[in-house]
Amino acid sequence: MLNFLARRVVQLIPTLFFVSILIFSLQQLLPGDPALVMAGEERDPDVIAQIRQQYRLDQPVPVQYVYWVKGVLSGDFGESLRNKVPVRELIAQKLPVTMQLASMAIVIAFLIGIPAGIISAVKKGTAWDYGANFFALWGISTPNFWLGIMLIFLFSIKLGWLPASGYVPLTENWRASIASTIMPAFVLGNAIAAILMRHTRSAMLQVLESDYVRTARAKGLSERSVILKHAMRNALTPVITLGALELGTLLSGAVLTEQIFSIPGFGKLIVDAVFNRDYAVVQGVVLTTATIYITLNLIADIAYVLVNPRLRA
Amino acid sequence: MVNKGMAAMKIFRLAVTAAALLLPLGATVQAQTTLRIGLAEDPDILDPTMARTYVGRIVFAAFCDKLFDIDEKLNIVPQLALSHETSADGKEVTIKLRPGVKFHDGEAFNAEAAKFSLERHLTFPGSFRKPELAAVDHIDVVDPLTIKLTLKAPYSPLVAQLTDRAGMMVSPKAAKEAGDKFGLRPVCAGPYKFVERVQQDRMVFEKFADYWNKDNIHIDRIVYLPLVDATVRLANLKSGGLDLIERLLATDIKEVKSDSKLKLSSAIELGYQGVTLNVGKDKAKGPLSQSAKVRQALDLSLDRDAISQVVSNGEFMPGNQWINPDHPYYQKAFPIQKRDVAKAKALLKEAGVTPPVSVDFMVSKGAETEAAAQVIQSMAAEAGFDMKLRVTEFATSLKQAEAGEYQAYLLAWSGRIDPDGNSYIFQKTDAPQNYSAWSSKEADKALDDGRLVTDQAQRKAIYEKLAKIVLDEKPLLYIYHRRILIAHTTKLEGYKQMPDGLVRVVGLKLK
Repeated sequence: MLNFLARRVVQLIPTLFFVSILIFSLQQLLPGDPALVMAGEERDPDVIAQIRQQYRLDQPVPVQYVYWVKGVLSGDFGESLRNKVPVRELIAQKLPVTMQLASMAIVIAFLIGIPAGIISAVKKGTAWDYGANFFALWGISTPNFWLGIMLIFLFSIKLGWLPASGYVPLTENWRASIASTIMPAFVLGNAIAAILMRHTRSAMLQVLESDYVRTARAKGLSERSVILKHAMRNALTPVITLGALELGTLLSGAVLTEQIFSIPGFGKLIVDAVFNRDYAVVQGVVLTTATIYITLNLIADIAYVLVNPRLRA
Repeated sequence: MVNKGMAAMKIFRLAVTAAALLLPLGATVQAQTTLRIGLAEDPDILDPTMARTYVGRIVFAAFCDKLFDIDEKLNIVPQLALSHETSADGKEVTIKLRPGVKFHDGEAFNAEAAKFSLERHLTFPGSFRKPELAAVDHIDVVDPLTIKLTLKAPYSPLVAQLTDRAGMMVSPKAAKEAGDKFGLRPVCAGPYKFVERVQQDRMVFEKFADYWNKDNIHIDRIVYLPLVDATVRLANLKSGGLDLIERLLATDIKEVKSDSKLKLSSAIELGYQGVTLNVGKDKAKGPLSQSAKVRQALDLSLDRDAISQVVSNGEFMPGNQWINPDHPYYQKAFPIQKRDVAKAKALLKEAGVTPPVSVDFMVSKGAETEAAAQVIQSMAAEAGFDMKLRVTEFATSLKQAEAGEYQAYLLAWSGRIDPDGNSYIFQKTDAPQNYSAWSSKEADKALDDGRLVTDQAQRKAIYEKLAKIVLDEKPLLYIYHRRILIAHTTKLEGYKQMPDGLVRVVGLKLK
């Protein structure tokens, strides 16, 4: 087991190295000149030259890359070209926001998607099933920005229950924090709930027809206990994996939703950075996201091995 | 049955508890006198020497006073300075400073501090103010409340420059300590002092107790919230989450006017929306770059009233010069020409060009710019132009404009108080923003002469010559002047919109 772990961790290094090169070179393909964007409306040539020199934009790309990697290895991601804030600080500011939003979204998705999936499988062919399917289709096909604006219209403007946008940190005021994130979390969770519902339904249908469920019924167990204790546990394994994957995607930031609700998370940070050609921020955020992804993947692999020793070979 | 009833009761109680917990959340407790302002973007660094965005200037207005300010009629009025005097040869400007002014850190504002701030703007590495103060050779302290700026050559727009970031005064002590990180915790001498900033989330300022004009400050705190989407900004204003929003969409004016709880404040901008025509760098050597007649024909094909109607329901002011028709320097001798397709066609014929004239028309992405470009395209088509729209992301379009990879480019300018700020860097030979690469000796002379005299009548006469050349040669077609649109709740009293678009907070009251 230790051997396996060591091997996987060592494999991380070339992966991250490759990711760093990819981030750096893809960014160079972006048209437009960061110095020109930064030089403000006046775009004075002296100022532009000064910016190029200060941020080493006048040096060859490989040299810029080496400087960046050197910095990253010593924990320095550079500073934002736009507002001089260290990138590390920006990431530390935004990551908790995105994590809160992502966790709330995934909880909402599970709370809606799984019961809806089970009900529609158990009550296959009834109005319940059609209703749940309709909901799933709606969830998948409703654009985030539309749903977001509709929610703002209803809960903020018409009813005045929730703030229309903005973010309050959990540590500052937990109630206000939940109020500020519940609508965006619902928008994000709603789409995932629909996907989870479809998967739960098909997994449940499959399990419900298997021999052991028939045996359980033959033993005279109540329908409730057959479904909740026998069928559901098996059916949910792939669904939970799917949920975990969706969580990974959410952690890389929900660009549109964060923009609509003005949630200062990763998505908003990276969109603004790309438009402002704030290279250091783009690089730092993408590298962090990639590292989170790769680490989550590693943890999943280890978990599988723990469950299934046959994979250790 | 009883069990089921109990379960239902339990669920009901749970739901009620949850709702009770959530309900008051919306009504986040806000102190009575917190002014919440919704911005269209997140500003860049809050250091007047290093700042470069328009949105940043809106925030500076709350905490960083300048030597001078402007009034509604664009007159220069004192702020941290009391008066200014230019020597007869135009090479010395003496500025008297306001006594009894303190910076937010308690340091005194005096001639030494003013000299420090101006020198910081002039010499700090990466300063964006350097070009604005380039005419200044050195600064002397005359007495504790007087400074003298000695210029390399007479430069009449200088005092106008001091009404903006170049005139902002920073605490020397704080600036020396913080170096290039000053903008992370700025210390100025404005009505509010910096409290905190969470990038892309909020900027908080609180009333400065020792402000020189504190009797006119009635609101305790100001919070700026960047909300990029205009619909969301308006939704926040309507729901009570904000008290004032900037850059309201022209298409939302009706909605604001019909809401009894909202008020609209507006002014015509100092800048313009225009089409830069590639005259000197067009690699394809298209007819537009080769003949002023072709450019005149394109201009004559446009109906500016109709463009303003389509883009803004008629809210924007049609224009044909780099300053709007209400500006004191507008040349009334050259009014906007009426659309004349027949004449445009005749001009093309005179120029020996066979229609359709194909034009690579670059437009940066955005609802307003794209709409304007489409109207221009269809109007020009009737006169024989085939304007091929190329919608390009802003940063990319700038790069291409600089490289001359375009034939026509729809590019706006936010405008400066002094007419020099709207003309020199665009029209002078080889000037940084002369994307048109147009060059005219007479225009260069007029542009330089305009900087030498301070007398308005004399300057206006010089600019008349310039206007004639530019309107004849047409390196740039000026189309309209946008309306600065600010919406706020009726709870906010005393708000007046100035033509520079900034949100001034002195004198405001929240009911």
